[in-house]
Amino acid sequence: MKPVGERVVEWTLKGLAFSALASLLLIAVFIFMEGAPFMVRLGVKDFLFSSDWRPQEGHYGIFAMIVASVWVTLGAMLVGAPLGIAGAVFLNEFAPESVRRVIKPMIELLAGIPSVVYGFIGVMVVAPLIREHLGGAGLSVLAAALILGVMILPTVISISSDAIGSVPRSYREGALALGATRWQSVHMVVLKAARSGIAASVILGMGRAVGETMAVIMVAGNAVTIPHSPLDSVCTLTAKIALEMGSAVGLHRQALFATGVVLFIGIMVLNGLAMAAMKKRSART
Amino acid sequence: MNEAVKFSVRGLEVRFGDVVALRGIDLEVPARSILGAIGPAGSGKTAFLRALNRLNDLSPNCRVTGQVLLDGEDINRPEYDVVRLRKRVGMVFALPVPLPMSIFDNVTYGPRLSGSRKRGQLQERVERSLRAAFLWEEVKDRLDMSGMRLSGGQQQRLCLARVLAMEPEVILLDEPCSGLDPVSTSRIEEALVALKSDYTIVLVTNNTKQAARVADRTVFFLTGEVIECGPTAQIFTAPRDQRTNDYVSGRFG
Repeated sequence: MKPVGERVVEWTLKGLAFSALASLLLIAVFIFMEGAPFMVRLGVKDFLFSSDWRPQEGHYGIFAMIVASVWVTLGAMLVGAPLGIAGAVFLNEFAPESVRRVIKPMIELLAGIPSVVYGFIGVMVVAPLIREHLGGAGLSVLAAALILGVMILPTVISISSDAIGSVPRSYREGALALGATRWQSVHMVVLKAARSGIAASVILGMGRAVGETMAVIMVAGNAVTIPHSPLDSVCTLTAKIALEMGSAVGLHRQALFATGVVLFIGIMVLNGLAMAAMKKRSART
Repeated sequence: MNEAVKFSVRGLEVRFGDVVALRGIDLEVPARSILGAIGPAGSGKTAFLRALNRLNDLSPNCRVTGQVLLDGEDINRPEYDVVRLRKRVGMVFALPVPLPMSIFDNVTYGPRLSGSRKRGQLQERVERSLRAAFLWEEVKDRLDMSGMRLSGGQQQRLCLARVLAMEPEVILLDEPCSGLDPVSTSRIEEALVALKSDYTIVLVTNNTKQAARVADRTVFFLTGEVIECGPTAQIFTAPRDQRTNDYVSGRFG
């Protein structure tokens, strides 16, 4: 029999640990309960594939917002993934120790900047630049993609940098001893060995980009239309929920919850993919 | 300059931080023969080997001084082309490290680095290298399989084939048989003896018997210094230094 104190601590910690799981379950159950019946009543097809969103008249089609989320996310990946992977390669393979010691914490700091500050920079700097040089309203898919691309950098860099760092030193030496240049050893051996970890970093970054709300509300322009160019203003799923939740009642409110369900499923799928990619890595090494 | 000398090492010193791994090494490596390097762990024989293709450069706090002449040219000069050096001086490591790719791609890695792309030419080279490493018969039907799925002994012969495919002049081997069973070991030794007519081979080994079996000349390292270097028969039967005698007869180390 363990002493009472021991058991109290054990049970408290157990309770705390499970409370995280419990809150995830509660969130899932809650939004599904609020959102799923609505989807069924309206018809999944009408909900997902119509872009007619006029809650006052009873039209709830989120297709334009799905397209907007996809565009903004893909744009963010185009900006963030190459930059992030290149940064991780530089930090691990080329940067001297002294440089790495300065840059790494700074990148982690980047993750700590509140998203509203990113949004602020987007509104004050990025959007005007786009308006002046490329035309359009400035608040656009492009602006959101640029801002989000920078926001996901810490995720992409730190996870792919871990993956690159865990490539055994012997691979590098093996390649270099065969007369590979530094770059040849990196792109033919190191990146190949680390690719599943790098893939995971990109997918997790994507998850962040899909879910980001505040910065997107501020820079994307929030027009519920299907964008035809990167300079068009759009409204993503997250932005729509955040903007209208405060004043929504009845069906409108349920429609927003249903939107949340779509988002939830999308992000779960992305996280699942990332975990599968990571698992593949650990299974192989 | 004697033509039969491949490497001529003069006053070589290797330090890792404050630790002196090698000091005052003067040694000649004759061409087209096998030089065996023996000595207890930490005696500097691996540091010596890695000084011959400048792999010590990769350790951040390593300092190398002294001359290492390859065909009379000092490879330690800062402007010396290290990548070209490593193409001329191939290396096989203690642990077999197949690169994470197919057998075919492993063997052609070196040639591809030098820009060789023609499939037919590569195929021919793969067969020749795998044959020379005594591996061809075992893998000829599955060249597309990942090199990581071979057995340890096969992996090590794959690494040897990979080095041979670069057509180097010198092959360095760092305890190539330390993790292998006797059968695999004897296959590697067979391959080495067959290869010495075309290549200069430096073999670091923890197994003194292996040096006795395959090396033409043997050098004995102890605490960072060369104690004795001479024809293998002499080192093993009539060493001049008492410490060499103790080591090869198994009294210490």
